[in-house]
Formats: sequence, C-alpha cells, structure tokens
Amino acid sequence: MQSNEPLARRQGHFAILARAALAEVEAILADAPAIPPFSVLKQPETGTIMVEGRAGGGGRRFNLGEATMTRCAIRLEDGTIGFSYALGRNTEKARKAAVLDALLQNEPPGGPMHEAMRRLADRQQRARDEASRKAAATKVEFFTMVRGEG
Amino acid sequence: MYVAVKGGEAAILATHDLLAEARRGDPAVPEVEVAQIREQLGLAVARVMNEGSLYDRDLAALALKQAQGDAIEAAFLIRAFRTTLPRFGSSLPVETSRMAIRRRISAAYKDLPGGQVLGPTYDYTHRLFDFALMEGESRPEAPQAASPLSDTMPRVPDILGAEGLMEPETPPEGDPAPFDLTRQPISFPADRDVRLQSMARGDEGFLLGLGYSVQRGFGGNHPFAGEIRMGEVSVEFVPEELGFPIDLGEITLTECQMVNQFSGSKDVPPQFTRGYGLAFGHSERKAMSMALVDRALKAREFGEAADYPAQQDEFVLYHSDNVEAAGFVEHLKLPHYVDFQGELELIRRIRAEREARLAPETTPIQEAAE
Repeated sequence: MQSNEPLARRQGHFAILARAALAEVEAILADAPAIPPFSVLKQPETGTIMVEGRAGGGGRRFNLGEATMTRCAIRLEDGTIGFSYALGRNTEKARKAAVLDALLQNEPPGGPMHEAMRRLADRQQRARDEASRKAAATKVEFFTMVRGEG
Repeated sequence: MYVAVKGGEAAILATHDLLAEARRGDPAVPEVEVAQIREQLGLAVARVMNEGSLYDRDLAALALKQAQGDAIEAAFLIRAFRTTLPRFGSSLPVETSRMAIRRRISAAYKDLPGGQVLGPTYDYTHRLFDFALMEGESRPEAPQAASPLSDTMPRVPDILGAEGLMEPETPPEGDPAPFDLTRQPISFPADRDVRLQSMARGDEGFLLGLGYSVQRGFGGNHPFAGEIRMGEVSVEFVPEELGFPIDLGEITLTECQMVNQFSGSKDVPPQFTRGYGLAFGHSERKAMSMALVDRALKAREFGEAADYPAQQDEFVLYHSDNVEAAGFVEHLKLPHYVDFQGELELIRRIRAEREARLAPETTPIQEAAE
C-alpha cells in the first residue's frame, strides 16, 4: 500500500503527462538515464470515455457525451508497471508516457526526471496563468455616473 | 414480396470522384488543413462535437473538412466513427465549479463574487465585416491583466441556494449512475438525466427554436441568464487496475444556469426554479437553449400544464437528434420505385372506378340530347 504522498505525486504526473505534447514526453525520456528494457502489457489503445455532468452543476448525474482517450501499460524488467491514460488519440505518446510513469516510480523525488516534470508543470501553469490573465483583462469594472449636484 | 434491383455501381463510383472534386474546389486555391479548421473554426468544431456526441477536436475538424462544412453530415461521420471504438468507462462527474474560467457572466447579478468576465464573445461586436480578414496574415494579441482571475468563482445558483431562494439541486439517494440512451431504449415519461443527455447531443437549431418558443409564450417561462460560464474542466477517471482517480486532461465546456420564476407548495416556500445547459466547447447558444428547454420539460415535476411542444418530453426527445431526423427525412431520396408503382396502380384503379361510377349518369343525358 502506497502512502499518500507518492500517490499524490504520481497522480500529479498523470495530470501533467495528459496535458503534455508528444515532443515534451520524448524530451524528458531523452534526458533520462538509459531506458531499461520493458515489455508492453497493454498495447496503446484508443477508445472513449463517457463524460458525466451533474444537473445544475451539483445534482443528478447525466451523460454529457463521450470523449476519445488512449491508454497503455508497460512493465519494466524489475516488475514496475507504468500506465498512461489521456484524452485524445495519440498512441505514440501513450506508450512513452507509460514508460515515463514506470521510470518516475523508480526515481527518487528530486531526480532529473522529476525535475524535468516539475519544469513541464511550471510551463503548463504559466500557460494557464496567461489564459486567465487574458480573461481577467475582459473583466468589467462598473462605475456609477453621478448626475447633478449632490 | 421484396424485389431487389441491381445497377448503378459505375454511377456511384463516379459520384464519389465527383464529390471529392467538388469538395476540393478550385485546385488553384490552397487546400484547407484539418489543423486550420480545428484552430480557426472552433465554434463549428464545437457544434460537431456536441451533435456527434464525441469530444475530439481533430476528428470534428476532419469531419467538417470531409463534409464540406455541413455540420449534420459531420456529426453523422463522428457518430459512425464512435461506434467503432471501445468504451473504457465513465468519468467522474465534471466539476464546473472548478472550471478554469475564460468567460463568466451573469444577467441577474451585477456585483457577483469573481466579477463579470466577458471573455472572447461576439456580444459586443458591431456585426460589421472586417475586410482585413480577407487579407490573412493577422496575428492579434490580447492584453493581459496584471493578475489572473480569482480562484473563487461561485456558481450563481449556489449563491441563491445559500439563501434558500433557489430550487435545490442535489443528487438523488445513492447518487445513481445515469441512464445512457446510447445503450438503452428511451421510455416516457423520461427522467431528467435522459432529457439532459438527449439535449446535449440534440440539434442546436431545433433546441434554439424550442427555447425561443418558450420565451414567446409557448411554455411560459420568464428566465434570467443566472450565469453563463465557459472554460476548461478536468476530466477524471478511475481505472479499475489502479483504483484511484486519474486526471485525463481538460475539455472546454460551456454551462448555462437559467433562473426562472417561482414554484412553491404548502411544504416548500416559493423558490426560483432552474434550467440547466451544458455543452462541449464554446457553445453558448446551445447551452442557453438547452437550459430553457430543460426548465420547460420540468412542467410535470412542478405540476404545470404541458400544453406546448417544449414542455413535452416525447416531442422534444424524439425530434431533437439531427442525425436520426436527417436520416428519416433524407431516406426519401432513396429509390421507392416499387412503392411508387403500387401507388400509381392504386390511383389509376380509383380513377377508373370513379369514371365507371359516373358513366351511367352521363350516358342517358347524351342519349337524350341526340
């Protein structure tokens, strides 16, 4: 049983990799120490996930519609299993992200791959901030027109 | 008896080639790329994702290219492709309260926490042509505020709900998994989950017309756009093999919360009632129309007379799916030669019988005239 901290870290990695481009995943793997041999447990496979919503935002669940997603599972020689799950249909990215998930589980936090993941997360956060600041520039500042003399 | 008539293969093959040529248009003009459609025709892409009921911007863009921009044909392509994919499961319900907001407005509250954020909207454009777009090569850059939006962007019905003024919206006992109309046949009266799923994949134009009818008095709602929000929401999924939730990435959603006039009873004091709309992508008109019709379809729950089309679930749900509707309307193009031959024979027989019936009355007159 994993304690909460590694689990939360791994969940964070899944979220970062789901939002990463193939080239970004490849760049982290390229910087990694030699990639050990691995076998593919589940070939990258594209399917769908039914996206659920809630009536009114917080009420009864309903099916909004499906989204494409791709998953993959690999196993390193030492038995570590790496998974990848992400929206979209990028099978090449799924395979590489699954390898990275396995390698990250074996690397101590603070290792080079963890550091690269942190930099990728920072880039993603900066992009979110930029989008939010562009939205914030369209925020209405109301003012009251005072007519006549008080 | 069923008679199969063969033939037309060569004609059909030739029409495929002619269609490809028509789709391509003038070869002197550069071919449009799927990525260009995805990035620059995003609202059309959103519509195809909604009505095709599959979130995949690249596939929706490809569908639009292949269908020459015909949204319903594109939705049909998406639906057909979807049937070839396995379904891995259902997501956790999306948390729109945690949306990364790009637009959020309320027509009910001026000073709501988090503010009115106009975002990318046509609302304040003058609908005058921008002929500069004909030149191409534009690289517009939007200004950025000094700081991002507040993390606290409460949904307007939740604000009213805190005062007890809003019809509460809570999951039923046990938070049951929703009905899925892609796997089970619909029966009537249809529950809210069936209605919402059906409208989410329904035709925007049909729902717009129904929503408009409600506003004009064919359903009698007096709504306020309590809130419209658009932005990115994470999709979370719990894979069986892991047993904990995974963030699969983000999708863009538009949510509309309509606030309608009151309902109450002996036990419940008068409260505003809700209409809810949720759609893939930036799809404001769709989400608003859906919210209007959602409220109208609650007529039965509130003990209102369901006198108008927008209040009748069977009418709305059976006619909102444009892929089904187009299929049935357009099947009239297919050969009905034998059916029509039957009709021709029938009408000739009827006319012959009529002439035979009228003949004895006219004959004596002619004889008399002679």
